Amino acid sequence: MTPLLEIRDLHAEIAGGRKIINGMNLTINPGEVHAIMGPNGAGKSTLSYVLSGKPGYEVTGGEVIFRGVNLLELSPDERAAQGLFLCFQYPLEIPGVSNMAFLHTAANSQRKQRGEPELTSPELVRKVRELGKKLGIDTDMLKRPVNVGFSGGEKKRNETLQMMLLEPYLSILDEADSGLDIDALKVVSNGVNLMRSPERSMLVITHYQRLLDYIVPDVVHVFAAGRIVHTGGKELALELEATGYAQYQNEAA
Amino acid sequence: MAADVRLMKTAAELALADAFASVKSTLPGGADVAAQREAAFETFAEAGLPHRRVESWRYTDLRALLREAPPLAPAPGTEALARAVAACPMLAGIDARRLYVVNGTFAPDISDLANLEPGLSVASLAQVLGSGSPLAAQIGKTVPSTDAALALNTAFMGDGVVISLAEGASLSRPLHLVFVTTEAGVTATFTRSLLVMGKGASALVLESHEGPAGAAYQVNTALEAVVGEGANLERLKITAEGDEALHISTLLAQVEAGAKFANANFTVGGATIRNQLLVQLAGENIDASLSGVSLIADKQHADTMLTVEHIAPNCQSREQFRAVLDGYAQDIFQGRISVRPGAQKTDARMMSRALLLSDTAESDNKPELEIFADDVQCGHGCTTGSLDQQLKFYMMARGIPEKEVEALLIQAFVGEVIDAIGHEGVRVALADATRNWLIERK
Amino acid sequence: MAAVQETVEQVRSIDVDQYKYGFETQIESEKAPKGLSEEVIRFISAKKEEPEWMLEWRLDAYRRWLNMSEPTWARVDFPQIDFQDLYYYAAPKKFKAPKSLDEVDPEILKTYEKLGIPLREQEILAGVEVPEGERPKIAVDAVFDSVSVATTFKEELKAAGVIFMPISEALREHPDLVKKYLGSVVPTTDNFYATLNSAVFSDGSFVYIPPGVRCPMELSTYFRINEKNTGQFERTLIIADAGSYVSYLEGCTAPQRDENQLHAAVVELVVLDDAEIKYSTVQNWYPGDAEGKGGIYNFVTKRGDCRGKNSKISWTQVETGSAITWKYPSCVLRGEGSSGEFYSIAISNGRQQVDSGTKMIHLGKNTTSRIISKGISAGRSNNTYRGLVSAHKKALGARNFTNCDSLLIGDQCGAHTVPYIEAKNPKAQFEHEATTSKISEDMLFYCMQRGLSQEDAVALVVNGFVRDVLQQLPMEFAVEAQKLISISLEGSVG
Repeated sequence: MTPLLEIRDLHAEIAGGRKIINGMNLTINPGEVHAIMGPNGAGKSTLSYVLSGKPGYEVTGGEVIFRGVNLLELSPDERAAQGLFLCFQYPLEIPGVSNMAFLHTAANSQRKQRGEPELTSPELVRKVRELGKKLGIDTDMLKRPVNVGFSGGEKKRNETLQMMLLEPYLSILDEADSGLDIDALKVVSNGVNLMRSPERSMLVITHYQRLLDYIVPDVVHVFAAGRIVHTGGKELALELEATGYAQYQNEAA
Repeated sequence: MAADVRLMKTAAELALADAFASVKSTLPGGADVAAQREAAFETFAEAGLPHRRVESWRYTDLRALLREAPPLAPAPGTEALARAVAACPMLAGIDARRLYVVNGTFAPDISDLANLEPGLSVASLAQVLGSGSPLAAQIGKTVPSTDAALALNTAFMGDGVVISLAEGASLSRPLHLVFVTTEAGVTATFTRSLLVMGKGASALVLESHEGPAGAAYQVNTALEAVVGEGANLERLKITAEGDEALHISTLLAQVEAGAKFANANFTVGGATIRNQLLVQLAGENIDASLSGVSLIADKQHADTMLTVEHIAPNCQSREQFRAVLDGYAQDIFQGRISVRPGAQKTDARMMSRALLLSDTAESDNKPELEIFADDVQCGHGCTTGSLDQQLKFYMMARGIPEKEVEALLIQAFVGEVIDAIGHEGVRVALADATRNWLIERK
Repeated sequence: MAAVQETVEQVRSIDVDQYKYGFETQIESEKAPKGLSEEVIRFISAKKEEPEWMLEWRLDAYRRWLNMSEPTWARVDFPQIDFQDLYYYAAPKKFKAPKSLDEVDPEILKTYEKLGIPLREQEILAGVEVPEGERPKIAVDAVFDSVSVATTFKEELKAAGVIFMPISEALREHPDLVKKYLGSVVPTTDNFYATLNSAVFSDGSFVYIPPGVRCPMELSTYFRINEKNTGQFERTLIIADAGSYVSYLEGCTAPQRDENQLHAAVVELVVLDDAEIKYSTVQNWYPGDAEGKGGIYNFVTKRGDCRGKNSKISWTQVETGSAITWKYPSCVLRGEGSSGEFYSIAISNGRQQVDSGTKMIHLGKNTTSRIISKGISAGRSNNTYRGLVSAHKKALGARNFTNCDSLLIGDQCGAHTVPYIEAKNPKAQFEHEATTSKISEDMLFYCMQRGLSQEDAVALVVNGFVRDVLQQLPMEFAVEAQKLISISLEGSVG
């Protein structure tokens, strides 16, 4: 099987500053759900930013191959069009741009880059409404500017809606459960689980095991000091919950 | 000790004096008007052309900009009139009664004067000044000002449109005052218009100004508006002059009790554009809004100077201005909310925001509050900066290319002003114009 | 509604004549001849035993001043000042720079005691080893009319390498340092009053903090105008060398007199790499009576130059006094990563006129500034905030946040905001907000419903209004300032 994502000896730092990713290797095959767990400050969010191409991070070594292409050479929008989706820990508010217009532009920009036919307005509106229903997002929220005045839960639901509409091959969920109550957590993980299929993969970044009760991973990695220091099955998450990260932090050091 | 610095008269000032002496006898109006012109020219001559040290012109040095006094534009011939009809494509989609002022002269032949709504009357300024109509007495009385540019306008005013709307009258479609310069030469026009609205009257007035590229013509235009009790005036002014033009515009508005007044400026064209707005809220319970969008690039220079005077209690005013700057453009916003003693319960908010797209653009803001009453809620805010990098990344991470992200954010930025305009057709026209500006930018 | 009505009534009845510091000290003094001329300047310079270059510097300033005119752009109104009708130098007679406090005229020591600045007690307490932390040590330079009469804690500061002395003394003892920095922030020709000051300044404080030194105590200068018809023109120069820190406090009072008195000071701060100066002022010059008779004209030029990278200047001012205040403590943010702060409370009552604010001039990359200004107007006063924030082409990454709020008490006063915001590059991010309102009736009602008297409620609200700024003051000063605010608004804020 050709892997969906292959990270080989990746090194990265904050531009002009601290080294954060330090010789990381990871292979994700189509259909797999991987969880990356680790202590705060281990560089988990940085990993998600480096993969999605956020300015201000510098890759100093290694490579990332995604669906056969060198991901590191692409701009953020090109990566998105390749099928990479980052579910932000803190989604941004965009005053003046309505949710619906944003979804429309995003979906069709990606289709255009991939050479696919664009969605017409009615098609898109229908799709978005259907997804909205599943996620408990009402029409009013869709008319409002993106994330402006949304609660933490509403923002995460909105992220999930975007993900389901854009149908990425790889979704990176960065602390998807932060700021969510249990009901919102269920709604969001339901959405994520609906997306699971043999050709779609997930990379779930989380500090707590709680989220993995709802999105059950195939593989669990322990991430410390900028790389993966231990890999196991889903039971590893429970083990970590009980023992903490201390032993792995020593290992990394 | 505080000796006044007497500046030498510049070549332009001397030329203006010569020009006034030679044309004043040919300008419209009787003895009263002639005296008014003389007094205005005297006001101008005393102050001279405004320069950096005249506070309200701090950022636009007219003394340095105005090197000469070009001749007055000649009245338009048939060919000019034929070209003028195609002016202002931006608002072409809006069904409006179009009144044309071509090269500074009202053009009845191409203006839509048929079937005027009941209570509406339209005349040329030259006609009104010459006839001794009671409306003539209103000219120069709406809001007192000693501004030198306005004084020049009063001294030289040649023509314009005089509109009156009787008590309770309302218009079935917008009025569109189309100001066009067709002459490709270096000429000057001084137009003055008047709009008097009776009690409860209501109107949407569009005003557009344009002219040829490559010509350093000068436009000095003014509008006096009297918005009667409970009347409702919505005005939009589009400035789309040629790339070398100098455009100075003054709005003098007196708003009476219970009226609603909304004024929007949309500035895209001209080398130097100065919009002066002097608004007096003379009665209680007025709802006033002043807004503006400037989209400028290259070496364009756009300066908005406004004063809203809250004279009576219980009025609300909102000022919302947005500037998008590219190239070497410079945008200036000088706004003052002035609350006179006794104007209690004033509720006034002013916001100006500038977005700098290039490393060489400049934005200057001076949002001022002058408050002489205690029971008020007044505030102003101002921001300048470039597009939010975090937002850009978030949107690009959803697959939208950078240029498109920028366009979306810029449209949203000016959308805050455009979306507040009441007339849907106007909103659409301005949103389209913004898009076109963005396309041409690339 | 009734509550507010009452407040307004009380404000009307404010007795602004209750200025606490209005007494006069009976002491003989020696003055320069009245008026201003080259002779008077030579007189001052000779009195100070100044080097020749200093005299030339003064004369140069004087000649330039003759061709300058007073600024007219501020929103202040006062009769023409006759600069020939003033004394430019007054010193307590028998005055000879004291070697220790024992040599200081007891009348003067008493004056400072009355003002709450017991110079002697401070030193004695220091001698008897007060337990650590019980009473923070503050070194004081006391300036009485034109001369510095006492500087405390000299020895202790010397041990730390800190130079803290009257500028007249510094001119003799450290001429190279003074020559290098004097006029380098506020040039002689900067403005009418600064140029006048350059010509005639008589004394003031000089501070030099050597590299890497954190000044072991707060430094403070206390200004007192005592003589009649005397202008006070002090000059302060503070240099924080690389990596050093100093906190400096300035206080001022004057006797109650019917004539106006001129105070035209210049303060220059120079901050080198990674150094910081925190400069706090509590200005309580005599404000004049309720009808606007008398009071100090406070026309002051204060400017700091963040010359080094990551240097920092923080201005904090509580302005309650003076008939007219014309003052804009500013920061030139030259060094990369340098930062400037301006925290201000300006209170005007009676017929006071305040035109004050700041300039933040961003020249270097990644410079930041913050302006928090709180104006409170009462009585028939006018209170204007005037400020400039500018970013030059090369000031990439400059950031400014400005918040200026005004509170009006009574309908006879004025509150004005005149900010200039000039950005010459897109990487500069400026945010400015300002509000003007009166004390919220809802808030007053809420407090009173919880049992506060109306006066306490108003005081509470005003204190809340100025809290952000008070927090910036050194602790002891903050308490002092809070009291002062209450007194300034007495009648309405208890």
